[in-house]
Amino acid sequence: MSATDSKRRRTRRSAEDRVLGVLRFVVITVAVIVTAGPLLYGFLLSIRPFQSVVAEPLQLFPSPGEITFDSYPTAMAEYGLGGNMWNSVQVAVATAALAIAFSVLGAYAAVRLRFFGRNAVNVVFLGVYLLPGIVLAVPLFVLLNRVGLAGSLVGLVLVYVAQTVPVALYMLRTYMMAVPSSVEEAAMIDGCGRLALIRRVVLPLALPGVAATALYVFMIAWNEYLFALLFLVADRDRWTISLGIAQLTEFSVPTTVLMAGSIAITVPVVAGFFLAQRLLVTGLTSGAEKG
Amino acid sequence: MTAGSPGSGGKADEADGPPLSDSDRQAMSDPRGTVETGGPSPTHPSAVGVPAARAARAATATAVRPDPDSGPGPSKPHRRKPLTLSRREDLHGRVLVSPTVLVVLLFAVLPFLAVVLFAFLDVRLVDIPRLYIDNLEFTGDNVTGVWNSPRFWSAAWTTVVYAAASSAGAVLVGLAVALALRRPFPGRGIIRALVLIPYVLPVVAATTIWKTLLNPGYGLVNAVGVEWLGWAEPIAFLTTTSRDVGPFEVPVALLCVIAFEVWKTSPLAFLFITARLQVAPDDIEEAAEIDGAGKVRVFWHLLLPQLAGVMALLAVLRFLWSFQNFNDIYLLTGGSGGTEVLAVRVYTELVVRANIGTASATGLLMTGMLLAVVAVYAWMIKREQA
Repeated sequence: MSATDSKRRRTRRSAEDRVLGVLRFVVITVAVIVTAGPLLYGFLLSIRPFQSVVAEPLQLFPSPGEITFDSYPTAMAEYGLGGNMWNSVQVAVATAALAIAFSVLGAYAAVRLRFFGRNAVNVVFLGVYLLPGIVLAVPLFVLLNRVGLAGSLVGLVLVYVAQTVPVALYMLRTYMMAVPSSVEEAAMIDGCGRLALIRRVVLPLALPGVAATALYVFMIAWNEYLFALLFLVADRDRWTISLGIAQLTEFSVPTTVLMAGSIAITVPVVAGFFLAQRLLVTGLTSGAEKG
Repeated sequence: MTAGSPGSGGKADEADGPPLSDSDRQAMSDPRGTVETGGPSPTHPSAVGVPAARAARAATATAVRPDPDSGPGPSKPHRRKPLTLSRREDLHGRVLVSPTVLVVLLFAVLPFLAVVLFAFLDVRLVDIPRLYIDNLEFTGDNVTGVWNSPRFWSAAWTTVVYAAASSAGAVLVGLAVALALRRPFPGRGIIRALVLIPYVLPVVAATTIWKTLLNPGYGLVNAVGVEWLGWAEPIAFLTTTSRDVGPFEVPVALLCVIAFEVWKTSPLAFLFITARLQVAPDDIEEAAEIDGAGKVRVFWHLLLPQLAGVMALLAVLRFLWSFQNFNDIYLLTGGSGGTEVLAVRVYTELVVRANIGTASATGLLMTGMLLAVVAVYAWMIKREQA
């Protein structure tokens, strides 16, 4: 290769590289602004007085004198979001606990045991995973009304468990496959029974994965809106936090209060996600996704 | 049993101890394991071994026994005769999945069968208390009525446009961001985390913030538009069906909900594509670059073919999910402004018109369309493999 030839090639490539470098910088900048911007915007609005927001929509950052956190107590107490939040905590914790209890057993069976109907079970779960929530909502609404569970948080939890167990099972399967079966076999030879085996060997070894799955289920239940809307809308005391905020947007509630509520429900979810990010990302990219 | 066995012999801690105490030591030496076992087992390691395991096994056995299937014919006389390994595995498997199967059957499979039933019943919300299995009135009117209603087909068309545009958008945006963040630079970790925010944000919080951003009165977008971009007046983005921009008629509200969906789901596409990029071998690319291929050519000829599979899979998955999306659209527009998708129609039929029959019929037809998409996808995969 002659010197001039390689030089020309290098200049052409460096021009291309420069364009791509600029493009890359633009993509990253836009991506960060567009993804993180709205959350920051919501937070900034939540600490400003409503009058100031209406008068100066372009002024993003509050002047030091006008910063106020009053919207938070107003949202929690006056507009009842505090009570709604407590409902959501109960529902989400119960859902996560039940879904994990069920899916740990199920995932273990699916990974380690050969049993009659194993493939049928997989197919049914895939079906549930793909069935539109809104379609199931119609009969669930009717059936729960018929048995008197509509409007109760118990009914809601049961529906959430059924909705999340397939995903949880799928996620857990990935983590459990990583547990070496030789350890389990050793425990079995020592006379460890099946349940003890799960509790003492499999669960501790897969604990990070179980925790991540529990968090994921918690997030789904915490964020859920459709079923809460259908089952609970009549009874304000039972509203979950998502439903509560969505209902408030229908009335002329100051946007600062709505922003305060939105930030308040976001913080636990975002914090939890980033704590368990690595594990969750592994689970998500293996195909366990809902919604 | 299925995985991991080859490595079993090489484990150091398995080789150096007597087999009996091994698993207990495994359980005890693991700090989290100790917490788990805390309750029933004694704390003295040497005394634990056999008795604890026996007790545990006995507990399992009693927990399992009551199942009527457990003792098929011949083994009955010897009550204590252990099951064969494979039969025990079969039994345990069924027992362990049964709670999951039960809840899924009751709250997902049974309701789906009920949808099929309701679609052919003349039933309204007020009829629920008097709904008994023996006085059902069957009718084909729901399905034919929905099938012949122009509103259903316009909603179906909106749904297809919405799902196709947002899945394509999400995959392309995810690809762009994944490529931009591929090579390490200072601060990449934090940017990767920030980019995931829309996916993690609770949908109600996200839609509330978007509604505020797009608000005609005090929203940032309209303020910027009027102040700096020379708009004559603020635009009510979420309620405007269409608007003339030059020669084009732009469906404003529909574009907004599509943009929202792309914004919310592209982080997932980003995650998938990043995961795939991480396993793409570097040496081929290096070789191509040494041979003088520019980055664009490397992308087209080397990277894109490798990513095509995951991108197609993502596009299909996102299409299926967006197709049935209710929350985002309902929360943003309530279905107004030309954004009425099938999911919103089902909800309207159920809650506003209080007609369970037509709501179910709409849902059933919607599921049928989804299944058609799944079938086409499965067929495509099959043809590709053949």
